[in-house]
Amino acid sequence: MIQALMDYEFIRYSFISGIIAGFIAPLIGTFIVIRRLSLIADALSHVTLGGIAFGVYLSSVFAVTINPLITGIIFSILGALGIERLRNVYKHYQELAIPIIMSLGIAVGIVFLSLANGFNQDLFGYLFGSISAVSFNDLILISVIGIIVVAFIFLLYKELFMVSFDEEYANVMKINKWIYIAFIIVVALVISASMRIVGILLVSALMTLPVASAMRITSSFRQLMTVSVIFGEISVITGLILSFYLNISPGGTIVLISILILLGTILFNQLGVNRNGRRAQEV
Amino acid sequence: MSEPVFEIKNISYTYKDKLEHTPALKNINLKIDKGDFVALVGPNGSGKTTLIKLILGALKPQQGEIYINGRNYQKYDAGQEIGYVSQKSNSFAKGFPASVSEVIMSGLTRQKGLFKKFKKKDRERLDEVLRLLDIEHLKDKNISSLSGGQTQRVFIARALINDPSILVLDEPTVGIDNKHVKEFYEVLLKLKERSVTILLVTHDIGVVVDHANEVACLNEHLHFHGTNHEFKNLGEAELSKIYGFPLQLVSHDHDRECCG
Repeated sequence: MIQALMDYEFIRYSFISGIIAGFIAPLIGTFIVIRRLSLIADALSHVTLGGIAFGVYLSSVFAVTINPLITGIIFSILGALGIERLRNVYKHYQELAIPIIMSLGIAVGIVFLSLANGFNQDLFGYLFGSISAVSFNDLILISVIGIIVVAFIFLLYKELFMVSFDEEYANVMKINKWIYIAFIIVVALVISASMRIVGILLVSALMTLPVASAMRITSSFRQLMTVSVIFGEISVITGLILSFYLNISPGGTIVLISILILLGTILFNQLGVNRNGRRAQEV
Repeated sequence: MSEPVFEIKNISYTYKDKLEHTPALKNINLKIDKGDFVALVGPNGSGKTTLIKLILGALKPQQGEIYINGRNYQKYDAGQEIGYVSQKSNSFAKGFPASVSEVIMSGLTRQKGLFKKFKKKDRERLDEVLRLLDIEHLKDKNISSLSGGQTQRVFIARALINDPSILVLDEPTVGIDNKHVKEFYEVLLKLKERSVTILLVTHDIGVVVDHANEVACLNEHLHFHGTNHEFKNLGEAELSKIYGFPLQLVSHDHDRECCG
């Protein structure tokens, strides 16, 4: 594997992208899970599919190369803004925003895929992740997104904590409303950055499963973030190595390892090994 | 005469929609001095929640002003002047993976401002409020592992870490058992001894009249504002008039209960 990393650029790109995704997806995932917005990641990933299909369609119509990752990011951000808007429209049924945007994303995806004359190998990579699909340009884009996400969380940590823990109190404290918009845009960026490795259909798993595992064994928010990132990285690195040797899709392997970690932490927790008197049934 | 810490001047508010206008508050005047413990009581639908929303800035009064330390609250950025404990706070704590110190420190978010990190001075302030509320031993515990009473203390600490001019508590004992309610009032009395100004909104008039030193009785208008002794001396007819249905205060040992 190390030899392959030295020899092949595409494997190097995949690995670096994977490490970035393994870091930023659980990091932002901590806030997503705590705000009980886990399904938003799913909705936005489907919107991203619509964007990618649109990019593929544009490339086929205009005979120019348009990076579908860019159109995916644009659609994902628009979808994020749409969800936030719909959550305000349906104040008492905020969860409705998710199926509306998700179905819109799939519908747009299917329409543009049909117009672009169907499925191809590249789209298969987007759906399920691919170890060979990350180009140098993708890597640059993913790295820039990684820096934006880390800076966002580092600079606005206390505001994000406040709105995640107690939205009512955050409103009383007059925390800026634009943080909600900025947050969901950052989620859209993380989805776009992670989907090359784990694939659109499984990208939400990388944001939620490491957090779900870490919740079982941590007692503070900082610990939760740290342990989530560690679990995310273990899943991505092990998943990529297995994917390389077994010649299987990295997305599925990474998620299966995340599930194994989750089962391990549930077992660990149920055996009574907990911290600070925290009981298993409380999470 | 000293200036009141908190003053409501001639506040009115009417909920308006296409079909009807429902007045919630009419010409409310209320002054609270430093160190006062005021219980705001009234029946359901009397405008207590509307008044809280106006105080917290969630609603804008259609008439009148609110002053904190002599300054018009609506005209300046006074987010940290009010420490607030909501009746819903306990529900947020359930299952949340955060430590007590993280939750309390979050009360400083507004005061610190964007992009600023917590410093040594903030952690010293954290230790002060932990001591004030006798919860130093809970500092590193997970918030969801605490009892209802302990959780309430944590939320009061979060509200006080800003050193606000007034502590506003909105029905904070809803869903808490009697033992913890008693503990909760002990905490408030301790804060009163330390000259913390308190506005407690509750429907539980039987208990609060024995703890608060002033009672304000709201039902669209402010029908009564006086000491707890004056409130206890209100006749059955006057209380029933305020509440809009037959009512009397009944004494049970140390506590009094309100019976409709």
